[in-house]
Amino acid sequence: MSSVAQKSGFGATLWDWLTTVDHKKIGILYLLGGLFFFVLGGIEAMIIRLQLITPNNDLVSAGLFNDLITMHGTTMIFLAAMPMLFGFMNAIMPLQIGARDVAFPFINSLGFWMFAFGGLFLNISWLFGEVPDAGWTSYASLSLHSPGHGIDFYAIGLQIAGGGTLMAGINFLVTIINMRAPGMTYMRMPLFTWTTFVASAMILFAFPPLTIGLFFLTFDRMFGGNFFDHTMGGNTIIWEHIFWIFGHPEVYILILPAFGIFSEVFSVFARKRLFGYTAMVFATVLIGFLGFMVWAHHMFTVGLGPTANAIFAVATMAIAVPTGVKIFNWLLTIWGGSIKVTTPMLYALGFIPSFVMGGVTGVMQGAAPLDYQLHDSYFIVAHFHYVIVGGVVLAIFAGLHYWWPKMFGTMLNELLGKITFVFFFVGFHLTFLIQHWLGFWGMPRRVWTFMDGQGWNLANFVSTIGALSMAIGFTVMVINIIMTTIKNERVGNDPWGDGRTLEWAIPSPPPFYNFPATPLVRGLDTLWIEKMEGSKEMITPAEPITDIHMPHGSIIPMLMTLGLFIAGFGAMFHQETSWGLGVLIFGLAFTFVTMAIRSLKDDLGYYVTKEQILQDQENIKRGRN
Amino acid sequence: MDLNTKFTPETWPAHPERATLEAKNKFVGFWLFLGGETILFATLFATYMALKNKGPSGFGFTTQELYTLPLVFVMTMLLLTSSLTSVYAMYHLKSFNFKKMQLWLGITALLGLGFLMLEVYEFSHYVQLGFTFSNSAFSSAFYTLVGTHGFHVAVGLVWITLLIFRNSKRGLNLYNATKYYTFSLYWHFIDVVWVFIFTVVYLMGVIG
Ligand code: HEM
Ligand SMILES: [Cu+2]
Repeated sequence: MSSVAQKSGFGATLWDWLTTVDHKKIGILYLLGGLFFFVLGGIEAMIIRLQLITPNNDLVSAGLFNDLITMHGTTMIFLAAMPMLFGFMNAIMPLQIGARDVAFPFINSLGFWMFAFGGLFLNISWLFGEVPDAGWTSYASLSLHSPGHGIDFYAIGLQIAGGGTLMAGINFLVTIINMRAPGMTYMRMPLFTWTTFVASAMILFAFPPLTIGLFFLTFDRMFGGNFFDHTMGGNTIIWEHIFWIFGHPEVYILILPAFGIFSEVFSVFARKRLFGYTAMVFATVLIGFLGFMVWAHHMFTVGLGPTANAIFAVATMAIAVPTGVKIFNWLLTIWGGSIKVTTPMLYALGFIPSFVMGGVTGVMQGAAPLDYQLHDSYFIVAHFHYVIVGGVVLAIFAGLHYWWPKMFGTMLNELLGKITFVFFFVGFHLTFLIQHWLGFWGMPRRVWTFMDGQGWNLANFVSTIGALSMAIGFTVMVINIIMTTIKNERVGNDPWGDGRTLEWAIPSPPPFYNFPATPLVRGLDTLWIEKMEGSKEMITPAEPITDIHMPHGSIIPMLMTLGLFIAGFGAMFHQETSWGLGVLIFGLAFTFVTMAIRSLKDDLGYYVTKEQILQDQENIKRGRN
Repeated sequence: MDLNTKFTPETWPAHPERATLEAKNKFVGFWLFLGGETILFATLFATYMALKNKGPSGFGFTTQELYTLPLVFVMTMLLLTSSLTSVYAMYHLKSFNFKKMQLWLGITALLGLGFLMLEVYEFSHYVQLGFTFSNSAFSSAFYTLVGTHGFHVAVGLVWITLLIFRNSKRGLNLYNATKYYTFSLYWHFIDVVWVFIFTVVYLMGVIG
């Protein structure tokens, strides 16, 4: 892949991945990590649906059921959806803006390891048999009284993973602010880059409240704090506020990058410039802004009073406006385009009606009086699965097919891709459409089982069959990935043939330095402009080829996180064991020492010489023919 | 970047803290980080205000009885002065006067240490009165808010100490200039947070 001498062998490869600071490799790590947790969360979901397939079922116990729904939600949001989106952001966004790397390669790697160890920490709870069981929202009135260490795993695991997310967010922001290629003005950035930018800004402001909320929970459960305990003057509603001040922006942090992916896919496969680019950008920013104003719509039934409810209801409905703008822009992008229905495009086309339905139910819930009926019923479950599966997951699958060749240099099979889509899409609607009615008919969410004779049997049965269909679809995709990897047919720079943005102007996968010379960007859809002008090299360089500065790999990010991981166990057991406190201190000290080493040891990176780059480019050219 | 480039006050750039791309990245990234920290403290402040004076039935502590303004006033003065001395240090950073910069940073650290010791004294005093972390919702919120600030001061002290000693032999270059500069940003931020703590926790506690 590169001309710079590399050791081979399994040990060397492993070491390379553990220490990598290359954004493309970290992107792949995020993607694979996310996929792993997606499978885990999917298995949990299947067990939940199998338990609910008939009334009075006892496939799993009530306690285990609570474990399953909690871990399913937490895993899917924090450990599957976000990391996979981060995978794309890492692998693609720097290429889109013509950068050689992200702003903080070291911190990038740290962010990944914190996600990985945080996820591991959460899931080790299964081995202990003490699993988080108060729902992904972990309301304090439940979580304070949950016996065992389940909630502790939740609080500490999410703390570690959340820290990683925060770092990733800052890293992406600075990358976009500082490292755009010459000519890449803000209003020429591809929409995926824009949505990465806004989502990262939202992370910056939404995750600190989560950090604090989790600390409060940790203190209350493990260190004698009284934040949420009303007998000590605490207030359990504080958790709800903090959680949703984080939680609502979080759902937009998930959906905005999904919007970005679809915007790319629509314009590439309709072979048209994105309709209303400027409006799209402003809608994205507006959604990001309004996303912070609506958290109390999750708390309409708490009793904040009619004034607060009214304000938050209006703000909630206002978000539908910029969202609607986006929907129309996508429709008008397709309108009159010369459409190619590839797998990513199929997902994009399926996304529009699905997401619109989720948006509509969202506005229904946003009407506070109606929400008194809908709240905590299966209607809510239907709503958020329509937006998250119909929006975020479809986007992730679209992105997987769309960018797979760029990330791995080989193309996923289109036929299998379409089969996946059919099973998954049909299964998705089968599972969740009927849940709206289940909600209307009074079935509460998060119930372990239900009694016969309430008219819920058929609907639940249908729902479970739908889930099976989704599982089949996903399995086909895994088979597709395995087959593609084994076949490994190499592809060129622009395998879809219609790429418009910079990532398609360079080899798949790109060389480790991305661009031999920084590109000059002359407008929106840079590559398309070059194509229209019949340019042969597809990139107008902004500078002659010179030596390139690259960062060193480092094992420290992983060690730093390992320290936190160890400290987490110490915190958890310090009340009942003699070694807990020692382990806590050791873990934190370990992290601190590795941090100090990082800070004290100069790391100035190294240079790839001009000759090496020219040689490498020569090799790539020869390999292509 | 080359650490061996020798600078003189004449060749030293006007903005050494963001003279290279790496430095610019750190500079912007640190500002953003402080943005996140602001939200973090905002959450702590909001929680403190919600739980102020709240405790179990028969709870005896109130802000009026607990806080003593003179002590807090001295702490405030120490921290504010340390912010000023760090400004002097940054002045010498920009004019490439390494010795004076180190000196002023040393003074900054000492003032910060004084502040921290008084805070430790304050906390231990409260604990002796029975106002422990687990005593009530009020005490949990108080110690978490003020303690998080204190923790930030402690981190800052360790940070600047490491910087001072790590670079004492080799002087200023474009690599460590950014490190010094971001430290001073951090220190100002801590100072501003303290001003809010002084107002919201102590002044409003005693008066309100
Ligand atoms: C038009 C935009 C939207 C509106 C007006 C809206 C409105 C709402 C409201 C009012 C609730 C609370 C219902 C209740 O618990 O009683 C809710 C729940 C939820 N929404 Fe949305 N929503 C919108 C879009 C989204 C998007 C884009 C996502 C995610 C990608 C999302 C994810 C969720 C989740 C996860 C919950 C349930 C949280 C829980 O209680 O576990 N929503 N939505
Ligand atoms: Cu919401």
